[in-house]
Amino acid sequence: MPNASPFKRLPCRPQATVTVFVEDTPIEVSQHDSAAAAVLAAGLLPSRTTPASEAPRAPYCLMGVCFECLIEIDGAPNQQGCMIPVRDGMRIRRQYGARDMHGEDHHGVA
Amino acid sequence: MASPDYDLIIIGAGPAGMAAAAEAGQQGLRCALLDEQEEAGGQIYRAIGRAPLANEAILGEDYYHGRALLEAFEQAGVDFRPGTTVWGVEDDLSLYVSRRGVSQRLRTRRLLVATGAQERPVPFPGWTLPGVMTGGAAQILLKSSAMAPPGPIVLAGSGPLLLLIAAQLARAGVTVEALLDTTPRGNWRRAARHLAGALRNPRLLAKGLGLLREIRRAGIPHLKGVESLEAQCRDGERLTQVRYRQAGQWHETPCQTLLVHQGVVPNVQLTRALELAHDWDEAQQCWRPRLDAWGETSRSGIFVAGDSGGIAGAMAAEESGRLSALAIAEQLDHIDASARDRLASPLRKRLAPQLAIRPFLDVLYQPARRFLVPEDDTIVCRCEEVTAGELRRIADAGCRGPNQAKAFCRAGMGPCQGRLCGLTVSQVIADQCGEPVDAVGYYHIRPPIKPLSLGELASLNEPDTPTRN
Repeated sequence: MPNASPFKRLPCRPQATVTVFVEDTPIEVSQHDSAAAAVLAAGLLPSRTTPASEAPRAPYCLMGVCFECLIEIDGAPNQQGCMIPVRDGMRIRRQYGARDMHGEDHHGVA
Repeated sequence: MASPDYDLIIIGAGPAGMAAAAEAGQQGLRCALLDEQEEAGGQIYRAIGRAPLANEAILGEDYYHGRALLEAFEQAGVDFRPGTTVWGVEDDLSLYVSRRGVSQRLRTRRLLVATGAQERPVPFPGWTLPGVMTGGAAQILLKSSAMAPPGPIVLAGSGPLLLLIAAQLARAGVTVEALLDTTPRGNWRRAARHLAGALRNPRLLAKGLGLLREIRRAGIPHLKGVESLEAQCRDGERLTQVRYRQAGQWHETPCQTLLVHQGVVPNVQLTRALELAHDWDEAQQCWRPRLDAWGETSRSGIFVAGDSGGIAGAMAAEESGRLSALAIAEQLDHIDASARDRLASPLRKRLAPQLAIRPFLDVLYQPARRFLVPEDDTIVCRCEEVTAGELRRIADAGCRGPNQAKAFCRAGMGPCQGRLCGLTVSQVIADQCGEPVDAVGYYHIRPPIKPLSLGELASLNEPDTPTRN
């Protein structure tokens, strides 16, 4: 369950919204938000733990540099949340340590 | 071999890339503009095409200047490819790109790298905790999602962007508990020597002074001369308080969001992967690719414009993008050298004051030593959790540079591929070995430049997959 204080939406121009599920909790977000923004809007901190020591982490740079926002999206681990736009019905989950780092279909080669 | 797909491919749709694309389009070049993001604007003009914040006063008029750049490139007949990641570049300027999991090869006669800046890594104890983010990250959320972080909010670090973010949050009605300014006290005196250059850009100086005034009026405590910073976690999950030392005294304040910033540095991932010559910039404490007056690099046909060629800000980035586009148009015989020089002249006049203020800003906001070469127990490589102390130990054990460090302790081998530790690893090893940073060097960046799934690699529907490494 998301349990940290969420980021707050300031007054916006009219924009289309979609519903995503963060750890199964539905949340309405802008259709232009990234998955990492949805994580922060939902208050899912930490959003992952590290493979090396299972230390808690969360989105840090939001510009594709740090890879701290790696999360599970629609069952696929290691997704760079800040670079992926939300889709209606998207399911976002916390990524735990090394256990999910070997998803056979999605393991990065880098 | 078939003719290339494009005369010019520009990587990065920030101010340099958008301005270069508009100029290239005007000169009749077949041009593509690629960006990792789904929208043009780069980080500075992020989401400028829709700008979701209802109140335009929050971000201020400099942000909305990006609209003119966006319109100019949209009218220039350029092939815009958003959401596109470049993961490999061949010697013949074939680019391997990926969009939504599908890879493709694009060929071009000239390449312009306009990948901009990233925030300087700011290692300090606790900087990996959830709740600690970069100032730039908070600004990106304001621009693209109209979102503000939860309080209590503390800002810490040094540089004009930190002041701007404090002012922007205040304009949005968001309370900032404190601005912990780590700018070393001696910087002002050393920067004063460069004041004459700074006075050539009175508009930017006035903007900076205006921000300081705004922060004061908003009642944000601006604590100067902060010497040390620690993010702490009492619940095992995320940031709960910030400790800082000022005038030798430690203080503590509850905090849910700590926004950190120590200036920006060129994003060199791509220029390093291209094996271009780079120099160490002592004033800016970062690497920059070696460029001629038109932005051409040590490899002919490859150009760099904007902050990825050295930090000079968004207004300078525009002009450098246009200059590179003119040089490329001349190389490809769309204009002659005299037309190029005539068109370049007003651009160089506008560029001059942007460059003249840099020595002042570079010295004034040079980070404190402890953020460049942190103390032993501070994590430097966030991905592999390698501390500064481990780097010093391996340096003492004979490790002479960042590439050896990978084998010694895995620094730089995680998913970020050294983007967030490369500068610090080089500086810590150089410091420990008593060598200049340029003698120690930087990571070799090998393709794929971005992590890539095997599926994306396999989707490249041709027999000759990339072999250069």
